[in-house]
Amino acid sequence: MRRRGSDEAYEPLAASRPVDEECPCQEGMRPQAGLGRRQLLLSAASTLGATALAAGAARAAESAPPGSVHYDVPEDPTKEQGRPLLADGGYGTRSQFETEVRSKANNPTDLTSWTFTPLAAQIGNLTPSGLHFERHHGGIPTIDPARHELVVHGMVGTAKKFSVADLKRMPSVTRKHFIECSGNTLTEWAKPTAKNVQVTHGLLSTSEWTGVLFSTLAREVGLKEAALWVLAEGADAAVMTRSVPLEKLLSDGMIAYGQNGEALRPEQGYPLRLLLPGYEGNTHIKWLRRLQVSDRPFMTREETSKYTDLMPDGRAKLFTLQMGAKSVITFPSADMMLPKPGLYEIKGIAWSGRGRVQSVEVSTDAGKTWRPANIENVAEPMCTVRFNCPWAWDGQAATLQSRCVDETGYVQPTREELVRLRGLNSVYHYNAIQSWAVAADGGVSNVHA
Amino acid sequence: MSTLKFGLAALALSLGASAAFAETLEVGAPASDQDLARYFAIQPDGEGLPPGSGTVSAGAKVYGERCAACHGDKLQGVPAAGGAPLVGGRGTLSSAKPVKTVESYWPYASTLYDFVWRAMPFDQPGSLSPDEVYAVTAYVLAKGGVIPEDATLDASSLPKVEMPNAKGFYDGRGPDLPLYNAGR
Ligand code: HEC
Repeated sequence: MRRRGSDEAYEPLAASRPVDEECPCQEGMRPQAGLGRRQLLLSAASTLGATALAAGAARAAESAPPGSVHYDVPEDPTKEQGRPLLADGGYGTRSQFETEVRSKANNPTDLTSWTFTPLAAQIGNLTPSGLHFERHHGGIPTIDPARHELVVHGMVGTAKKFSVADLKRMPSVTRKHFIECSGNTLTEWAKPTAKNVQVTHGLLSTSEWTGVLFSTLAREVGLKEAALWVLAEGADAAVMTRSVPLEKLLSDGMIAYGQNGEALRPEQGYPLRLLLPGYEGNTHIKWLRRLQVSDRPFMTREETSKYTDLMPDGRAKLFTLQMGAKSVITFPSADMMLPKPGLYEIKGIAWSGRGRVQSVEVSTDAGKTWRPANIENVAEPMCTVRFNCPWAWDGQAATLQSRCVDETGYVQPTREELVRLRGLNSVYHYNAIQSWAVAADGGVSNVHA
Repeated sequence: MSTLKFGLAALALSLGASAAFAETLEVGAPASDQDLARYFAIQPDGEGLPPGSGTVSAGAKVYGERCAACHGDKLQGVPAAGGAPLVGGRGTLSSAKPVKTVESYWPYASTLYDFVWRAMPFDQPGSLSPDEVYAVTAYVLAKGGVIPEDATLDASSLPKVEMPNAKGFYDGRGPDLPLYNAGR
């Protein structure tokens, strides 16, 4: 079970520790810290509230990880009848033995802060909706879809408002895409800082999104000749706004209402969010209520004060919207422990905001030599792929790296290359090669190689 | 079905289909001026600014009552409240420790009006009147030495405010060209 709580995010790098004999470590390779008893009881109480009443099967006295319900484990499941169907009230929960949760950044207020996806535990290419990373600037609003509208106006033929039901009546598309916050990995510019891959790279998640293409909406309202930009606005307390090039919206922008086969999660923008494949996460406006077509950008706070890249000369780049090619090894990764020398399967995730992933290479000698990795799933545009690469660890210290090349020929840079180009003040868009050091004792840590 | 009949049916079908694509779907309702009145977004040239005005001294009162708790008496920021410093930092942007504030970093005064009106005070968003926003905007800019202490801001004067870092930004769209020379 992973530790949660505000102190996790920016703790100094923990020295690798031996595997705790007591703990049922995942795959026998990962040290784990327990949730506090009190925290467990609290989360159990809130999880159980609804389901226990409906099902009557759970025992409130027992604890279960968030998103699960505790059931007593029989000695031999073949000698006892199991639960009747719909004991879960009609909406399934995960197993009580699955414990991964999002962790949060250590910020003064949880109303404007972020959570990290537990990437090391992710199985397959899609992030479970309940583990999708978050970034909110004014908390998570509760929105009744029956009262929510999307207004499209400005340089259009006819300004129109669309109910959620209206949008669901329109032709839809279903596409898999990642969303990555451009602040992902920002702690790693100057020195290795975050203690594990959840914190270094966990502002990245992948979902199957369903919604209406902006181009479909555009035909309903008509666009005026000089239109070039569109302001997207959310219905949260931050009334979040970003200006988006019209060209991008017309090429693949989507108003999404579905995520992984069901409605968007509230923290992902229920009932509507903007989806701009490959663009920095902040532009994928959640709780989307308005699109204002214009001939110029609005220069909102999020595209001037924030999300601009300060260069060494003191000037800053506006509208660096596209996410670069990037990859990270999720196993083995920092804070893990390899029990003994032998054959391991290096595993990781690669992605690019510029198109499909073309290839991924893995190095076990700090980038001196590279081997091609196997790509586990079909590469799709602006979508993650899973990769793996067998590795016979001889018990000597090793430095693991992965490198992504996308279909445009863009090669994921080293940290030195990136720092030479951008200096150390640009904060956003850090997509350098990540290094994990495996020590002779099997402990894995975050390093700059 | 005879070949002729089948052919006609297919023709009708394809006409129907192409007609559907050429026409609108007739989904959604027209948005009236009244529908749109509740929204705003302010451009650097002042487009979108509401009527009204505010002075620096009126802004001092608004600031003290509605902002100081989180941004500090001297606009120096209150880290524990998450409120950033709003002034200071000029001349630091190319240093090892850049201090990005409204005064040192923001390129447009319109952004301050727009952001405060939509999202501040953090705990009571959208609660300020246009006059209060003009006033507190004037106060923040005066404390940052951007406008004089006796200034009044309104829809015509606010877009004329020249921010210290107005020329500090450039369009960063497009490929990161030097990356292709990174090895050299
Ligand atoms: C309850 C605390 C609180 C109060 C009161 C408050 N703010 Fe803020 N302010 C914040 C927080 C937190 C943020 C960061 C918001 C975010 O993360 O998007 C912020 C951000 C800002 C920013 C953007 C700073 C930057 O560099 O991007 C400005 C400008 C600002 N506030 C002005 C004001 C003004 C003017 C008032 C009074 C009308 C006010 N605030 C009242 C907490 C507060």
